Amino acid sequence: MTESAGEHAGARPAAATPPKLAARQRVVLVGNPNVGKSTLFNALTGQRARVGNYPGVTVELREGQARLGPELEVEVVDVPGSYSLSARSAEEQIALDCVLGLASQPAPELVVLVVDAGQLIRNLYLALQLVELRVPLVIALNMIDEVTDAPPSPSAISQLLGVPCVSTNARKREGLVPLREAMASALGVTPSGALALRYPKALIEDADRVAEGLPDSWRRNVERDRALGLWALGSLEPDDELEHIPQGLRDRCLRAHEQAGDRDLDREIIATRYAFLDAHAAELYEGAQPAGEKRASSERVDRVLLHPVFGFVIFLAVMLVLFQTLFSWADPLISLVEATFGGLSRMVEGALPDGLLRDFLVEGLIGGVGNVVVFLPQILLLFLFIGLLEDTGYMARVAYLMDRIMRSLGLHGRAFVPMLSGFACAVPAILATRTMERWRDRLLTMLVIPLMTCSARLPVYTLIIAALFPPATVLGVLPVQGLLMVAMYLFSVLVALVSAAVIGRTVVKGRQVPLILELPPYRLPNPLAVLRMMWERSWLFLREAGTVILAATVVLWVLLSFPKLPESGPASAPTATAEHAEEDGAARRARQLEHSYAGRVGHAIEPALEPLGFDWKIGVGIIGAFAAREVFISTMGLVYGIGEVDDDDPQSLRDKIRSEKRDDGTPAYTPLAGLSLMIFFALACQCMSTLAVVKRETRGYRWPAFLFAYMTGIAYLASLLVFQLGRAMGF
Amino acid sequence: MMLADIAVGDTVTVEHVGGPRAFRRRLMELGLLPGTRVRLVGVAPLGDPLELLVRGASLSIRRAEAESIRIVQVAQGTMPDSSPAASPARAS
Repeated sequence: MTESAGEHAGARPAAATPPKLAARQRVVLVGNPNVGKSTLFNALTGQRARVGNYPGVTVELREGQARLGPELEVEVVDVPGSYSLSARSAEEQIALDCVLGLASQPAPELVVLVVDAGQLIRNLYLALQLVELRVPLVIALNMIDEVTDAPPSPSAISQLLGVPCVSTNARKREGLVPLREAMASALGVTPSGALALRYPKALIEDADRVAEGLPDSWRRNVERDRALGLWALGSLEPDDELEHIPQGLRDRCLRAHEQAGDRDLDREIIATRYAFLDAHAAELYEGAQPAGEKRASSERVDRVLLHPVFGFVIFLAVMLVLFQTLFSWADPLISLVEATFGGLSRMVEGALPDGLLRDFLVEGLIGGVGNVVVFLPQILLLFLFIGLLEDTGYMARVAYLMDRIMRSLGLHGRAFVPMLSGFACAVPAILATRTMERWRDRLLTMLVIPLMTCSARLPVYTLIIAALFPPATVLGVLPVQGLLMVAMYLFSVLVALVSAAVIGRTVVKGRQVPLILELPPYRLPNPLAVLRMMWERSWLFLREAGTVILAATVVLWVLLSFPKLPESGPASAPTATAEHAEEDGAARRARQLEHSYAGRVGHAIEPALEPLGFDWKIGVGIIGAFAAREVFISTMGLVYGIGEVDDDDPQSLRDKIRSEKRDDGTPAYTPLAGLSLMIFFALACQCMSTLAVVKRETRGYRWPAFLFAYMTGIAYLASLLVFQLGRAMGF
Repeated sequence: MMLADIAVGDTVTVEHVGGPRAFRRRLMELGLLPGTRVRLVGVAPLGDPLELLVRGASLSIRRAEAESIRIVQVAQGTMPDSSPAASPARAS
């Protein structure tokens, strides 16, 4: 009877449910990267996970509930993977905060350390730190299936460290029952922590002196304070990026290092721990010799995948498939989304009478939701790819292969995949910067991705090139139009790389950190984990960036539609001859657009745009293009009173641009003005969705504002330079 | 002799880990300590970074940092990992 009480609690009236929610105990999951920590998290928490944010830094903590017994449900927090608790960056500090309950984090009732059975000694280094800190601990000896030849013994580990240890295979959901039992009985149980670590006497004295500088809220007892003293000695530096560290503690560490003379305190701490583990390694394996099969087979694969020639060929092939997927194969799905929302719009248009409500529903609301959902195909496909690359271990190889090139630009090797994705669309590409751990690497990559020639710029380039440049050839063979298109691509890459180098040395300086990259053994991807990541990423995008995009669409709709023209405009009465009713409608819409806020802004900024070779109509087009760059075309169609223009084949608009005359009879648009416009579109941050995603990823308006300012700034200057120089040279 | 100077396939013993503090600390925490045996598994196609085998794991560091890790040569050429597990050689 009691057993089922918890199960049925949800079905009862709310008043009858015991108020257990507030008092749910907290379990923190830690471990090195690539040990199957997230898989174990998924296995423990089932479908009920949410992605939260660690306050202050843009690191996500995944949280979920796990049922450990009929009456026992705990909160599980998945901390980013880390090799050690020592830290120098704010990101690395999170593991320590969560484990010890420092900063804003509540102290956990239990820490579960996930260990790769094939990398036992190195993984147990972290275990030693946790035991020293007297944290309630359970060790999950994971990936036990990969070491069948010489499995380490959980009971030997448990005996050596004085904490429970259970072998698991999270991927196959094996060992979960004993793990849950071990967790349930270890909740809140402090390990004895009596490890036979032989720290040099002088080091212990140093640690105790440092511990005197600990804030009162951190202190518990002599042993734990000493362990924290060792942590501080091994972590704090004059220029680390850690937060909430009292100055007194920092000073004491600094003094200890200065007075150490020839002694190397870091080495003393780390070497003592490894000496302990090495001395007991044989008993942990109960005499068996690990042969490292997994490693050997990975090395064979690497001989091909990291080969100087084949390695690069395969790398290029993989990246080509990724690019092709985003660029072309996502297209049918995108068209489907567009068709669905188009159909929905027509349905509403048919069902409602002409008027404000209908316009709002069709152009603001349905258009806005469509603007959000249209990104999903590319986001899902990109994260499918990233999930596969990460899970197999190939992503680390991408960083290894590209490090030489990316480093010279100040970028991380892992920035390659997001940058490449930027050619399809900046929105999923910016979401993909999550594969980098350091905030600085992520931010820098985010700030240059929007410069890559995304697919939304193509229709604009195509229109301008087709309208203003002759289908001639250079040197008899090279088509001018094709060359221009290629030049625009190269231009965007060049500007992105130069910007990365400049911004990386100025705005987001941060120190270059020496690379230490682990190349994990190759593994088969875990389809469920990949699907789950695709789902989580997409949902986060819909919830957080999607709402901003929707709101911006509505604002844009207001700008382009209000104020309304008076019912009978002054120009319509006398000149209306025998024109078709439809043309009249289009002309009226053009006048309406000119009358709107956007039209007025277009007129107002015309003096600023004239030196670039643009008129107010292009100004309106640029405003409209904030929804998405290709919307420039349909907005221009409206401005010119042509009515609806097909993005993909805007024949009528092309002719109009070609034949448009100024008041003095000269052509309104010259090839030079066209070039200037293309350069403006290449560089300007004409995309509210990009800004919305950057806002979500950086948690504030500061970086999207910077992104918009710097891109639009260089766009203006570059277009100005091109147009004025070109004119001076007589074009 | 420095780690950056050895040939692919060579096995060496680490004598001293130099370089910026954060780097050497992290490397030591990953088990690359004085006395540890390291094999140079390969070099990235563009000449940098290096791939090392340390305690059964593949670690990659750049040549510039490998310049600050002092080593003594144990065995040249491709040697299997099952070479005699001698205690750290201190001879120069």
